[in-house]
Amino acid sequence: MRESIVSNLTVKHDNLSENFMNGLVRIFAVVPLIAIFLILWIIVKNGAGVVTGSFLLLAPTDGMTQGGIFPCIFGAIAKTVLMVVMALPLGVAAAIYLVEYAGDGIVFRLIRAAVNNLAGVPSIVFGLFGLGFFVLFVGRNLDQVLKTGLLFGQPCMLWAAATLAILVLPVIIVSTEEALISVPQSHRAASLALGATKWQTIWRVVIPQARGGILTGAILAVSRGAGETAPILFTGVAYFLPHLPVVNLFGFIPMVNPFDQFMDLSYHIYIMATQSVDAEKTLPIQYGTTLVLISLTFLLNLVAVLFRMYFRKKQGLVTI
Amino acid sequence: MMNVPVEEKIFHAQKAVPMDKHNSSISIKVKDLNVYYSSVHALKSVTLDIQKKAVTALIGPSGCGKSTFLRTLNRMNDTLPGARIEGSVIIDGVNIYGSEINVVALRRIVGMVFQKSNPFPKTIFDNVAYGPRLQGIKNKSMLEGIVEESLKKSAIWDEVKDRLEKPALELSGGQQQRICIARALAVNPEIVLMDEPASALDPISTAKIEELIHELKKNYTIVIVTHNMQQAARVSDFTGYFYLGLLVEHGETKKIFTTPDKKETEDYITGRFG
Ligand SMILES: Nc1ncnc2c1ncn2[C@@H]1O[C@H](COP(=O)(O)OP(=O)(O)OP(=O)(O)O)[C@@H](O)[C@H]1O
Ligand SMILES: [Mg+2]
Repeated sequence: MRESIVSNLTVKHDNLSENFMNGLVRIFAVVPLIAIFLILWIIVKNGAGVVTGSFLLLAPTDGMTQGGIFPCIFGAIAKTVLMVVMALPLGVAAAIYLVEYAGDGIVFRLIRAAVNNLAGVPSIVFGLFGLGFFVLFVGRNLDQVLKTGLLFGQPCMLWAAATLAILVLPVIIVSTEEALISVPQSHRAASLALGATKWQTIWRVVIPQARGGILTGAILAVSRGAGETAPILFTGVAYFLPHLPVVNLFGFIPMVNPFDQFMDLSYHIYIMATQSVDAEKTLPIQYGTTLVLISLTFLLNLVAVLFRMYFRKKQGLVTI
Repeated sequence: MMNVPVEEKIFHAQKAVPMDKHNSSISIKVKDLNVYYSSVHALKSVTLDIQKKAVTALIGPSGCGKSTFLRTLNRMNDTLPGARIEGSVIIDGVNIYGSEINVVALRRIVGMVFQKSNPFPKTIFDNVAYGPRLQGIKNKSMLEGIVEESLKKSAIWDEVKDRLEKPALELSGGQQQRICIARALAVNPEIVLMDEPASALDPISTAKIEELIHELKKNYTIVIVTHNMQQAARVSDFTGYFYLGLLVEHGETKKIFTTPDKKETEDYITGRFG
């Protein structure tokens, strides 16, 4: 009797399929690791030699087969900042409405469904939407009403950024919503019981605690939006631009001109690879540009992580 | 700030004529109060007078409506979906369920301390200064004065005076609860509601809170919910026994704990019940 229990306990259940499945999921689990390693390795190996000071700081020359990519870096950053400036307030406001105000009635469900569907729309559709809505409808009508000739009614950085803003809106809404929901209900109750209004509670208690999450949303949005080519294709990006999209405000304060077209990193890679007279020859530029794009995205993610750690520490929560 | 009559603080429009202005021993008059949560009838025709500058303890088995009753006194039930309230709660002559009541102003007069301590993830100073800042007080030295006074009243000043700029969440549970009490006092309420304020604390912290309650009743009307009979007997002057949404019995604590009128009360207190 006793012997049989012991032998039952010690017998190994090493049947074949168990081991096979075990091994299979292990292999599948490392696929992403291998993929990211390969991607980074190829890009760094081929791009690192190209990325020099002059590559970063000069404009393309010789039919874009020589020189640097400064206008692309400039355009990509300006476009992205403009996109975040437009998308963040809208997305955060929508999330606040969904979490703090809307019950779970019909309006809530409609907005929810819209957000979910928006996230699933292919990016080229956003490009066409941007052209049809922002450039042709909003822009042309603005020009007509304001009698500005052809200022708003043409592709430019403003409309490209607006199109991207719509594209990344779901990302911001969803992560802000999660951040707001994770704020304990007891903190809202405490605030209200101290004589705060609902908005004071949101502004002084809920949002400060959700800052980390909102910031993460913004960064995710940047990661998502900065590399997109299709949405800006018809709405503002330029194949080549001999000048930077800069205007002098009051004649002497230089600032980004949102009504100008712009060059862009991801689009630059795309045209180098597909439209170049000699795609082989521009291969190093492609790798270099990709390395710059990836580094920028990586840097932003790093900043986001640091910010989140900082906010949590300030609140006395455990780090990460 | 101290001398503004309560009814003027509650009302936006100050046209109410106080009814019981001279009946000074009663702080809160509850009349025929009913609370429903969708289909649950959580409080049934509760009528009760709560004495000024005294501690009233609410006891009763879980789910009998103690917290619900407490939340009717500062209208925190308003924030719960599906809650419906009938009847009247009169604080210093003003029905707080009247149509002109400013709920925000009411909650400044009727403060609340919750069962689970819930300091904001802010510094100790910012926690206590939260209420005053809501009221627009920005002056640094004025805020410092309020914070110090509130922390002293909450018997925690000595423990935290050197680390006011540290996160409140770094304190122990008992200290956090006293910070929450200080935060409530900083708003300068007349009435303080406490929902099982010591139930999550160790015996030493509990003793400190009880001592504190004893001290606070000199200046505040206190209503406290507790599951601990000894605690009710120790800290309160009056006790109300709730059962299934009904206020079964209410009276002086001494009487309730020695010669209650109702058999149910006696059974509950002596532990022959629940
Ligand atoms: N937000 C709510 N929604 C629906 N029903 C509720 C809600 N809060 C309380 N109730 C119900 O109302 C009744 C009274 O609840 P209440 O929380 O007031 O009891 P309690 O005496 O404080 O209990 P405990 O001692 O467990 O805290 C219970 O039946 C409870 O289920
Ligand atoms: Mg309760």
